[in-house]
Formats: sequence, C-alpha cells, structure tokens
Amino acid sequence: MDNTSWAYLSNYLIYSAMAVFTLAFFAHAFETAWAVRTPSIATEKSEGNLLVKTFDFERTARTARIATAFMILGFLLLFSGVVARGISAHRVPWGNMYEFSITGAMAFTGAYLLALRKNDLRWLGLIVATAVLLTLGTAVTVLYRPSAPLVPALKSTWLVIHVSAAIVSGGVFLLANTIAATYLLLDRMEQRGGRNAWAKRLPTLEVLDQLCYRLVAFVFPLWTFAVIAGAIWAEHAWGRYWGWDPKETWAFITWVCYAAYLHARVTAGWRGRKAAWLCLLAGSTFLFNYVYVNIWGTGKHTYSGL
Amino acid sequence: MSNQKIEVPAIGMGPLLRFSWRQLTSMRTALILLLMLGIAAIPGSLIPQRGQNPMKVQELFTQSPGLAKFYDALSLFDVYASPWFSAIYILLFLSLIGCVLPRSFEHFKAARALPPATPKNLNLMEHFATWSGEGNELDLAQKWFRRNRFRVKVDGNSLSAEKGFLRETGNLLFHLALIMVLFGVSFGALFGMKGDAIVNVGETFVNTTTSYDSISLGRLSNESSLAPFTITVNKFVAKYNAITSAPEDYTLNVTSKNSPESRENQNVIKVNSPLGFGSTNVYLQANGYSPIVTVRDKSNAIVFQGPVPFLPQDSNLTSIGAIKVPDMQPQIGFVASFLPTAARDKVKGGISAFPELLDPALLLSVWRGDLGLDRGIPQSVYRINTSKMEQIGLQSLKPGEIYTFADGSISFDGITPWVNLQIVRDPGKSFALVGSVLAIAGLLASLFGRRRRIWIRVTAQGKVEVAGLAKNAVAGLASEIETFVSAIRGKSEGAL
Repeated sequence: MDNTSWAYLSNYLIYSAMAVFTLAFFAHAFETAWAVRTPSIATEKSEGNLLVKTFDFERTARTARIATAFMILGFLLLFSGVVARGISAHRVPWGNMYEFSITGAMAFTGAYLLALRKNDLRWLGLIVATAVLLTLGTAVTVLYRPSAPLVPALKSTWLVIHVSAAIVSGGVFLLANTIAATYLLLDRMEQRGGRNAWAKRLPTLEVLDQLCYRLVAFVFPLWTFAVIAGAIWAEHAWGRYWGWDPKETWAFITWVCYAAYLHARVTAGWRGRKAAWLCLLAGSTFLFNYVYVNIWGTGKHTYSGL
Repeated sequence: MSNQKIEVPAIGMGPLLRFSWRQLTSMRTALILLLMLGIAAIPGSLIPQRGQNPMKVQELFTQSPGLAKFYDALSLFDVYASPWFSAIYILLFLSLIGCVLPRSFEHFKAARALPPATPKNLNLMEHFATWSGEGNELDLAQKWFRRNRFRVKVDGNSLSAEKGFLRETGNLLFHLALIMVLFGVSFGALFGMKGDAIVNVGETFVNTTTSYDSISLGRLSNESSLAPFTITVNKFVAKYNAITSAPEDYTLNVTSKNSPESRENQNVIKVNSPLGFGSTNVYLQANGYSPIVTVRDKSNAIVFQGPVPFLPQDSNLTSIGAIKVPDMQPQIGFVASFLPTAARDKVKGGISAFPELLDPALLLSVWRGDLGLDRGIPQSVYRINTSKMEQIGLQSLKPGEIYTFADGSISFDGITPWVNLQIVRDPGKSFALVGSVLAIAGLLASLFGRRRRIWIRVTAQGKVEVAGLAKNAVAGLASEIETFVSAIRGKSEGAL
C-alpha cells in the first residue's frame, strides 16, 4: 500500500470510530435513561474503601456492557486510524492539530477504559462518548489537513517522548476534570435538598473526590516529565530550554495549578468543593493551552497547520 | 510548608520578624504564592514580550503609544523579569526553603531513630489478626521484616517495624531539587550569553561581539569570555514539499575551528542538532536569500558590491530588503523585494509561489535623497525611511540583468542563501537538568511511597497478635499484612 491509501484508510478508520462512538453514545444514553426509572432498586455496596456502588446494574447491565463494548471497539478503530495516519506519513502522527486531536481523543478514551478496569465508571460513559465525538467531529471538519511530512523543527526523537507524555497527561487531566465537574454538580444538587433522579446512581461525593485526586496524583509526574522533556527538546532545537513561549507559559501555569491542587489536597486538607474547583481550574488551563495557544497563539508551538 | 497556627504577634521587632517568618513559611501562604505565580505568568503569554517578540512590542508603541507606555510602566513587556514577578517567586522559594530545611533536619533525625514501641492493645488497631503460635514467630517475623527492608525495634516479646520513609524523603528531595533548578536558571542567566548572527553562505563567522547582529551577555559574563571559534558556512540546502511548500529538511555544512590556531573540522548543523564548542552551542534558526548586487555610479566605478540579506515574509520566502548606498552623492537607496519563484497576485502584486529558486526575480524601486544614516538613530537594515527621498526608478531584474537609472546602474549578479546562527552559552543548564530529574524522582517517591508500621507480639499465653497502621490512609496495607501473616503462619505450620 502506498502513502495515499494509508492516509485514506486512516480517514475511513476515524469515520468508523466516530460511527461506533455514536452507537456507544446511544447505548449509554439508553442505559442512563433506564437507570433513572429504577432508582428504587439502587443498592449500596462497598468495594474496598475506594468506590461505593450506589446503583444497580441488573436491568441496565446488558446495555451497559454493550456500551462498553462499543467504547472498546471505537478505541481500537481510533487507535488503528492513528497508526495508519502515522504509516501514511512515515512518522509519529503528531505533526498538526488534526493529529493531536485524534490522538488526544484516543488518549481520553484510553484513560477512561483503563480507569474502568478498576472502578465502575460507566456512569461517565455518556460524557466520555460525547466529548470524544465532539473532538473527532471538530478534527475531521475544521482541523483536517492532508497527511504530510514533518517540518524540520519537529524531526526529533523528542517528538515521540514529549508529545506522547503530553497527550496521555491531557487525556487523564480531562478525565479528572469531568469527575471534578460532576462532583460540583452533584454537590450543588445535594445542597439544594437532594440529587435528581438520574444522578442517584452516581457515586458518593467522597468517592468522586478521591478518584479525582488519584487520577491527578497518578498523572502529575508524567506531566512534569512532559514539560521537562519539552525543555530538553527546546534546548536542542531552539537553543534555550525555557523561553516563556506562550505554550511553555501555559504548560507552567497548568503545572503550578495542579501542584497547588495536590498540596491543597494532601497538606492543607482541602477536600471536596474547594479541591474540585482547583482541579477544574487547572484542567481549564490545559484546555486553554491546547485550543487558544495552538490556533491563535504567536509562539514557537504553532504546529496546528491552520 | 508546615501547618502552624497563627499566633498573635507581641510588640517588638523580634517577635514581629518571627511572626512574619511563620506566616511566610505556612502552607497557606505557599499555596497562595503558587497560585499567584500562575496568574502572574498569564499576561506574558497575551502581551508581546521584548525577549520573544521585540518587533511586536515596537509595533504597539507606534500604534497605540498610550497603552504601550502604560504597559511598559507596569513591566508588562518584560513580565518574567519584572519586579513583581520576581517578588512572587523569590517569596515562594523563601517560603519553600523555610519549610523544607527544618523538615529535612527533622526527617533526618526520625530516619535514624528506631520505630516507637509496640502499642499495648494491638486488638484496638487496624488490620488486627491473631492465632495461637508455635513459638518461632518472632524469629520468622524478624527475618521477613529484614528481607522486606523494614526497620525493626525489638520491644520485649514484640517487634515494632516501620517502612516507607521514602515518601517524606521524596517529598523533600522534590522541593530541594526545585531550588536546584532555580539555581541553574539563575546561574545560566548570570554567566551565559546569547546572540544571533546572519551569515551568508561563503562567509566566515568569527565569535567576537562585533560579528553579532544582536547579542545579550549575562550580568556576570563579559566579552572576553566568548569562545574563540570560527565557522565558515560552506553550503546550505533546504528541501520543501512540492505541494504544500512546507519545509522538509534544512542542512547546513560548515567548516569550524575551535580557535584560530586549531585544525579545521567539517560539521553538519541541522535544526535539531546544534554544533557544540564546549559549553557554547550553535543553532540553525532561520534562513533566507541574499541577492548579490553590484551598484556603479555614472563613471562606472563600483560603489557597492556583495550579498544583501533579505527578510522572508511568508512560507514561500517572498522577501523584502533594502540596499543602501550612502557613498553616492546624492545618496541612493533601493527598496526591494526578492521572489525565489516569481508570480503575480491580483491583490498583493509580485509574490513568490515556491520557496526554492525556480524563477528568481528582484523587484527594485530606486530612491534618491537622504538615507538618514547619519542621524545616529538605529534603523532596520531591511527598510528605508523614504520621507526625505524621491523615487527615480522602478524595475524587475532576473539574475545577470543590469538596470541603468539616472545616477548609475545596478546589476543582479546572483543569489546566495543566508542562515541565522543562534549562539548560546548556558553554563547553568546541567544544574537545571539534574534538578529536574531529581524533582521527578522525588515526586514519584512522594506520591507513591507508603509509610506504614506493622507490629507483632507473642503473648505469655503463646498467642500471636499482628496489627498495622498506614499513614496518610493509603491503601495496600491490608494485603501486605495478609502476606506477612501467611508467611509466618505457613512456615510455623510447615514446621510441624
């Protein structure tokens, strides 16, 4: 197969992944709707001290399993699409914003599926499917660029190291953000007298708080590494390891915010609402960096291809 | 960053200082400073900075001088060197030192001390397990603890074992490593240097301050500290994608000498592989074209000759430049565009359609009058201020062609590429690198290390009691104690 057919194959795979994620979306929507009608059969069961199952999957179990199967299938298709894109260009597929976006969506789904192995997070499935569909939709419509070789500045082993670490961190940060946002929403409901019917099956606030912390604690060293790897690469390519380029500045801001979150949570004993807000703030700086600096920024990280 | 209670300060300088110090080193203050540092970094990414984009700063001064002056008064064009930004990070690091150093001493002492005595009633502790023993449990436990690197205190008929000091060690290492990174950054800024030089292919760069187009030396660095190397630029090849015009490869071949006396070396410089001379690195940063021209006056005497670097304006290397001939009377200036592959655009006029030299053209407009070079005001080498000049000609030239105007002639002899060499010396970078690596190691240890205690006691009745305690409520102790118990029980039952 030549480069062009690999590029086409990649596009077909991405479109197929979108179709499958749409199916996953409907399955999760169906599951959520169904679970709403049966809050009375919700049971509480403790699993270790980490996650408390607050709802019963008896009736929705099959739909939930189908939804997860679709998520896995979508992930595999997306993964193949990303790989085919890389083969078509003879390089890692991280050269422009279209490629960052499809890989980012893959990392986000991957983070969700990995977290799913240990914790029953299927209540998050609807949000994950929606976010992935939106990301992929934007990618194929607005951000798409034909497969092409890399510009000289990106030709480095550090591309693989730096960008993969940044993308994986991003995927997990966004997952933590989703959980923090859910926390704040549920917290508000409880403040106002109780959860809505659909929210009754979601885990307790403590569980969400703990889960959010674990995700951030797990990925913070990786993010630190991504920033340092970027600095080493910048030293090779641009002659300085830190130059307050907008991308660098925002990566630093993100790092500072998550560092504050971890300190606040571990040492200062901030739990719950304040910690969730801080986590949400930190995640937003990451998103801002990805969207604003890539597209409208002026610095040296203008690889969006737009 | 200890969590001390706020005390009301007594009157007097000493207590006041102590109070301020406690406030500064409190976790709350550190958190606020950390967040303030994040917020303070924001304007630098939205407002153009002198260090990164001096042209944009200049533009703002001409477009809206009022706003620019306001920004400048607040150091918003130099955010990361501004007094307020420095104040925040210096306070943050003081707070960090004030908290980490005492904690390090405490930790050092604690790490050398033995674990505390076994609690009296183990059955009140977590993970309690009991069974009737065989008598050799304490020996087995001692061995298990040693194998698993617990620190053990023998306390009568019981053992008290502790493990997981790595957590606090990592935490302290992380913070100390950050101080090292800051030290590396400051050291590099004080003793380093950074400069840019545009060099035409065929020319030789000698590393002295006069060879630079721009150079900035660190506060404690001086001109004589420049390494005495020379670089002759032999060949520069740029490859572009035929469809998108995007660059695919830049290769620069140079001949270098470490000092005027040393022997020559042949080197290749690429975007991601700089050329090193000790702690100084030479980077390939940008490139463009220099049209080679000869200007003659009416008597056909040469008044100007050589390559003139032009500044690229787009990805197809449509370039602008200026040829200034102050030695003619009256002075002559050429405001020019260079197009490596000439094409016409309905709106923009002459532009380049591809970055390689497929159909090069030099568009000239000839001006006569005062170039304004004598007024001592620095001006761009790529532009001419034509306010005191009149236009006397307009011409497009192909290589080899000559244009004769009223006061003389200009011939377009050829084209040579130029490269922008960035020369950087940063003696602090290895400190910063080692600091960063240590910081990650410390971070991993502090986030994933688990401090816990396990006790075992054999009572007078021959009953074995086991219990444990995990600090910071981290998970995993239950399964560890299970392994511990099964190791001892299994062995002693096997001995039967």
